[in-house]
This record gives sequence, structure tokens and C-alpha cells, in this order.
Amino acid sequence: MAGKIITISSGKGGVGKTTATANLGLSLAILGQRVTCIDADIGLRNLDVMLGLENRIVYDIINFIEGRCRFRQALVRDKRFPELYMMAAAQTRDKNSITVEDMSKVAREAAEISDFVLIDSPAGIEHGFRYAVAPADLVLIVTNPEVTAVRDADRVIGLLEAEELAPAQLILNRYKPELVRRNEMLDPDTVIDLLAIDLIGIVPEDDKVFGAGNQGRPVALDEHSRAGKAFRNIGRRLTGEDVPFEALRKQTFIQRLFGSR
Amino acid sequence: MKLLDLFRRKKKSGQYIAAQRLRLVLTHDRANISPGMLEVLKDEIIAVISKHLDIDTENVVVNLTEDNRRTRLVADIPILTNRARKAEARSKKGPPGKT
Repeated sequence: MAGKIITISSGKGGVGKTTATANLGLSLAILGQRVTCIDADIGLRNLDVMLGLENRIVYDIINFIEGRCRFRQALVRDKRFPELYMMAAAQTRDKNSITVEDMSKVAREAAEISDFVLIDSPAGIEHGFRYAVAPADLVLIVTNPEVTAVRDADRVIGLLEAEELAPAQLILNRYKPELVRRNEMLDPDTVIDLLAIDLIGIVPEDDKVFGAGNQGRPVALDEHSRAGKAFRNIGRRLTGEDVPFEALRKQTFIQRLFGSR
Repeated sequence: MKLLDLFRRKKKSGQYIAAQRLRLVLTHDRANISPGMLEVLKDEIIAVISKHLDIDTENVVVNLTEDNRRTRLVADIPILTNRARKAEARSKKGPPGKT
């Protein structure tokens, strides 16, 4: 049976798409799933660096599409999890070197050997976004609790609905409970209510994400990272496990955070 | 504490302002109509309706409302009936019951 194809998208840049892709890839691998992560951001590749695999790339996605290598040759195997693979974006080309059909072919081929295929979409709503979401069974929309990021997420949700593409679920990233408590940041309930979309996870702001990017060791591998735990929970939800949301209800969350200590 | 929070939130907290602005922006984005265009639309609606009905143009409200990603244009247009005109005339004279 072919694996599930999931595209990680956002509209706005810099909200944590690549971070989410890398962490969900590892979270699923930790659960014993076979995972292939595809960097669809042609010309601006970064998933390799996030995963710490940048030195091991031989071929990239364009090499495969142009027939210069076999599918397996274009995959980089993760050192930590032998069933986690990454396909790098080409760095010296642009997004027009790929068609919707090309990406669909790559994703389907990856799904043959994986339980999950994660596609890291480029920012924006142009061609790069369109080929990235075309083969998806599910689109995970990453947003931050900011007016601009939520607005762009809404555009993406609207486009997916208008073109009857895959269903979408929301990852609320870089959430700061302390700021929400002081009524200085949009609270998760408001964001979910406005976007009218299912939530799959809330990832709290965590300085460890910064260091993880430096080291190429995503926080999902860090037992003590709050963001890492949130990503691992999303991974479990993707495999069908029912994991309760800790931070969804503002009051109980605050009570838990400040009342129990 | 809870009451205080509620009070603070109502009082133009960053969170409250962000939510209100976001709500408005999303409504206009989804309907693909700018706030300025909505005003133009309102004026044109008033002009068209006025051809056929006597309406209270001062109190026309044209708004976009949202419900679960469905947007609708709601126009509240008070029609001037004889009774409404009398009531208006009375209220201009002074508060009722003090004649």
C-alpha cells in the first residue's frame, strides 16, 4: 500500500515550514515509520541543513526528473534512522524547472517505499506552492499567532478549498503561552475559530529550535524540548493515535502551567 | 482574577486588537471586496432602492458577516412608513410624554 503524501505549506515565509517538515519527519521515524522528506523549495533548499544531511547529497530532485539518476540515488539516508530519507531541492535552478506532473511522479514514487511522504512547500501561492500541494493527500498549514501569518494561511486554505485539493489541518507554531496569558498574543481558540480549520498541533516557542537549526539536529530528538514534544505529538496524531491537546483550552492550560507549580 | 482578565481583554489589549483586525481583514479578503468598495456599494444600493421606496438613508447599514467560512452581505435598510415618519417628527420635537 502506498504511503500518505503530506505537504507542509503556509503562504507566508519564515513561519517554520522547514522546521516542521524536519521535525515531523524525525517524529514519524521515531515511531518506526518509513519516511521520505522532499524539499520542494527549488533554488532555496534548506531541509538538508535542518536535518543535518547537507554534506551527503549527491543528486537532487531535478537530477532525478531529468533522468540523470535513479530514484534511489536521489535519496539521502538519515544516519540516525535508516528508514528516513530526504530528497534535496536543486540549489542552482528555479521553480520553473519542475511541473505539477513531475512533482506528482516523484511523490508517488516516494510513497511506494514509504509510509509517509512529507513535502516541504516553498512560501507563496505561486507555481512552487501549486506543484507542492498537487500530489498531497493532506496539507498541513503552518502559521504563527500573528495577524499577517494567519491572513496568509487563510489565503492558502481558501485556495485549497476553491480548487478542491487535499483537506488541510493547522499547526500553530511559535506560540507563547506567557504572551497569550497577558493578552498580548492571539490565543489558539481565536485563530482556529477564524480559520475554521482542524487543528493538529500547537508548537510553543522554544529557544532550542534555534540551536537545533545550527546543529542540524531537530528538536524532535530532544527529550527536554517543549517544541520537540509538540512535534512528536503531531507525529503520533498523523499515525492515527488520539493524543489530547494540552494547550488548546486557554484556562486549563494556564491553570496547568502556573497553578500546579 | 478571571474577571480582571476579562476586563483587561475588552480594554484594547494587543490580543483583542489583533483578533478584531484579523476578523475584518479575513472577511474582506474572503469576499474579495475592500472596505472602500463596500462604501461605494452601499451608496449604489441606497440609490437603487430609493427609486422604488422611501427609505431612511441615514440609517442604512451594509456589512459583511462571517459564519464558518461563509460570507454574506447583509443590508439593513429602514423603510420610512407613515408611522416611522410620525415617530421621527415626534422625536425631533422633544422626548415623548412631555407635551
